[in-house]
Amino acid sequence: MSNQLKPAVGSQDHVQGPAEAAIEIVEYGDYQCPHCGSAYPVIKEIQKKFRQEVRFVYRNFPLAESHEFAMPAAVASEAAALQDKFWEMHDIIFENQDSLSNEGLFKMATEAGLDIEKFKEDIQKEELEQKVESDFESGIRSGVNGTPSFFVNGTKFDGDAQDLLDMLTENSTVK
Amino acid sequence: MLQKGDKAPDFKLFATPDQQFSLSELKGKNVILAFYPADWSPVCSDQMALYNEMLKYFDKYNAAILGISVDSRWCHLAFSDSRKLHFPLLADFEPKGEVSKLYGVYDEENGESSRALFVIDKEGYVAWSYLSPTAINPGADGILDALESITPKN
Repeated sequence: MSNQLKPAVGSQDHVQGPAEAAIEIVEYGDYQCPHCGSAYPVIKEIQKKFRQEVRFVYRNFPLAESHEFAMPAAVASEAAALQDKFWEMHDIIFENQDSLSNEGLFKMATEAGLDIEKFKEDIQKEELEQKVESDFESGIRSGVNGTPSFFVNGTKFDGDAQDLLDMLTENSTVK
Repeated sequence: MLQKGDKAPDFKLFATPDQQFSLSELKGKNVILAFYPADWSPVCSDQMALYNEMLKYFDKYNAAILGISVDSRWCHLAFSDSRKLHFPLLADFEPKGEVSKLYGVYDEENGESSRALFVIDKEGYVAWSYLSPTAINPGADGILDALESITPKN
């Protein structure tokens, strides 16, 4: 099975961290998946600990049949991106995973500081759902078999976020 | 294990408590057979949940997916309801594992189907097959690649 990221990280992606970072982590995640919820603080820790070394990319992989609000949440994050607040929304959703609902997403959007009228319009846009689906399809092509799935420098990482943190810590000079 | 180019043997298995389903009913369609060890086990659940998300991608290639394990039709019904699966799970239950054996993917030691994938073309020939390590969910990229390879480009 494939273990190579396809396509490589590009302008369509949401990226945090320095462009010249030596380590590029891509997560395929589902906002309603509990395992992604547990990975979230660990990823934050990785980003804090390896501020200069790591850049982090999030791609949507909503299991919409299993998780009712996975798709609406993914679309909401893409709508936030149109207002340059993707990461604010991404963080708020994971921090409030328990209160995911349509209403909850509006509350989170307000909290993220979004223009709600624009947000309301944007979430109806078909191209946002298409963006999420193209993330999903890229995940399938890359061999994603569940969430969260991580790729390190383009190769699928066999482990969870904690394993990732341990691996980075072991190989790093930053203690 | 059947390989590319082999004729896919027809079979008839229960898909629901009162309905049998045969491979030949899908003639003219590409078919994905996903043999898996057991309903409810974590890896199988993730694998079936993934395929459940992919039905529209399979549809693009005029392909139907069938899950097959040695679990009974009632077990399949409960599992399928619980995971809201929108594709059939077939019960290779009596004689146990007969179809899995036909395809060469029966695990005698555990008395279960192995985790194996087949893509069968419209004419009923195996276009691709893959035996996955039991503990690993093989994902779906191999299936899509195989479907792409047998779909004429417009």
